[in-house]
Amino acid sequence: MATVWVVLQQREGKLHRMSREAIAAGQRLAAAVGGTAEAVVLGQGVDAAAQEAAGFALGAVRVADHESLAEYTPGATIAVLERVIASHAPAYLLFPHTYQTVDYAPRLAQTIGAGLVPEATGFELADEGLVWTRPILGGKLRARVRTRGEGPVVVSIQSGAFAADAAESGSAPIEPLEVDWGAVSPDREVLGIEEVAGEQVDLSAADAIVAVGRGIGDADKMGIIEDLARALGAEIGASRPVIDNDWLPRDRQIGSSGQTVAPKLYVAVGISGAIQHLVGMKGSGTVVAINKDPGAPIFSVADYGIVGDLHEIVPALTAAIEEAKGT
Amino acid sequence: MNIAVCIKQVPDTEARLRLDAAGRWIDEEDLAFVVNESDEYALEEALRIAETTGGEVVVFSLGPERVREALRKALALGATRAVQLSDPALLGGDALSTGRALAAALAREPFDLVLTGSQSDDAGFGATGSVIAGHLGWPHAWLVMGVELEDGGTVKVTREMESGMNEIARLRLPAVLEIQAGLNHPRYASLKGIMQAKKKEIAAVTAADLGIPAEEAGAAGARLEILSVSFPDSGKGAQMIEGDAATAARALVAKLQKEARVL
Repeated sequence: MATVWVVLQQREGKLHRMSREAIAAGQRLAAAVGGTAEAVVLGQGVDAAAQEAAGFALGAVRVADHESLAEYTPGATIAVLERVIASHAPAYLLFPHTYQTVDYAPRLAQTIGAGLVPEATGFELADEGLVWTRPILGGKLRARVRTRGEGPVVVSIQSGAFAADAAESGSAPIEPLEVDWGAVSPDREVLGIEEVAGEQVDLSAADAIVAVGRGIGDADKMGIIEDLARALGAEIGASRPVIDNDWLPRDRQIGSSGQTVAPKLYVAVGISGAIQHLVGMKGSGTVVAINKDPGAPIFSVADYGIVGDLHEIVPALTAAIEEAKGT
Repeated sequence: MNIAVCIKQVPDTEARLRLDAAGRWIDEEDLAFVVNESDEYALEEALRIAETTGGEVVVFSLGPERVREALRKALALGATRAVQLSDPALLGGDALSTGRALAAALAREPFDLVLTGSQSDDAGFGATGSVIAGHLGWPHAWLVMGVELEDGGTVKVTREMESGMNEIARLRLPAVLEIQAGLNHPRYASLKGIMQAKKKEIAAVTAADLGIPAEEAGAAGARLEILSVSFPDSGKGAQMIEGDAATAARALVAKLQKEARVL
């Protein structure tokens, strides 16, 4: 019987916010392949996190609690997982697709000779076997993929792909993992965790946001965005390329490495809609997308879309808003 | 310090995409290709480090004939020489088989540092650099936003975490660093650089040179197989508003007022 391991991420005894989604994915996969889902929690002083995981319908919550894992390092994490995978032989290893798991899961796959499906957004049992879906080309296309070859399969689950609410509650036994700790050592010295300098603007409380993307073309074109934001009483946000080009400061970034926002109105201008951006704004109320590419993935999450040149449409929109407001 | 940079050539993010006849990948005919974005930052970082410490920057790329254009660009920007993994047997791989081949090519020379981008803009695995590090047995870090070489054979890196936090960590050299876009400002090629690049060497490497059996290389050696690709259900929820700019803008405002009631 196939065992599905959901390797959870925790920090200071709290499970990462994507844990429920990963557990939901693990439970569904176990049901589909006729196996059992179990959770794995690694760290030091992780009792609370293990208890939290034990509140779900899982065959077991397996815990490795040791000072070697006090701080996350890929070396120690991979060394532990390599050993316990060898002794328990799970068929699937599911990870929430986070900046921490992407740091080590691919190398784990390479180390243990596993298949690797990064950033899965779903799976189905099809004629071709177990088929995963994942975004490619910045989310413009979706690929159906399958793994081949022997051994376990490492899969990272994209944020938002499985509903957290779907995770079934239960009561799972907590079981310690046997590890030869002498063989576990970190491969980096963690000097500290710090807040990115200059994080000042809090976009999370904004009622309206005009978010600008690469399509704006240059910093000196930003005036039309400022005008639109003023007309709407909105804050200005941006997708990553705008920040990387220094067209706006980093504290305006929305997405997985920036802020998570949920305004009533979100106007995405010149943003194609890569998943890293979408995860930061998917809680928004009404979404408007303006983009020259009708195939841009942003249109699939928008309520209203206009295809065309943002340099024409944005000033026209500002004028129409002012006209409607009678100013 | 001798630095290797692995770069990938990917479709231009602005390009309109079409599916190929088999529906397994995109139609590459008439498609514009560019150097993958985060790889450009990796190359720039390598050039800056080499300018300070001395030493070579050698650029590696796995891909077909067209990849020479990307390598030539890297040479014009200041890389010393280039290595192309051009053997058809090496193409079409996943992160595991591609990483193995690149690691085998890198292992033939004594590098102090290998830089890669953090993720390709096409396949988007975010994994190849880590797989390379695994094969070389070197420490690695993914999503690096800062690189500071230290005395005593270590490097201090700033690694991006979620929600506006960074991890600061020290790694032993040699190491593999997977660079995130945005940590520097990539330079433009000078005319002199472009002229000099024409004389620089692009060596070709085959699977046999790397000691990788054909059945374990490229597509044959990949653990991940693409069955089909498709466009997502675009505009599923979106009402598309037509007309010239002024007409569409007025129609949108009316909908935001009357339907969505957000204005």
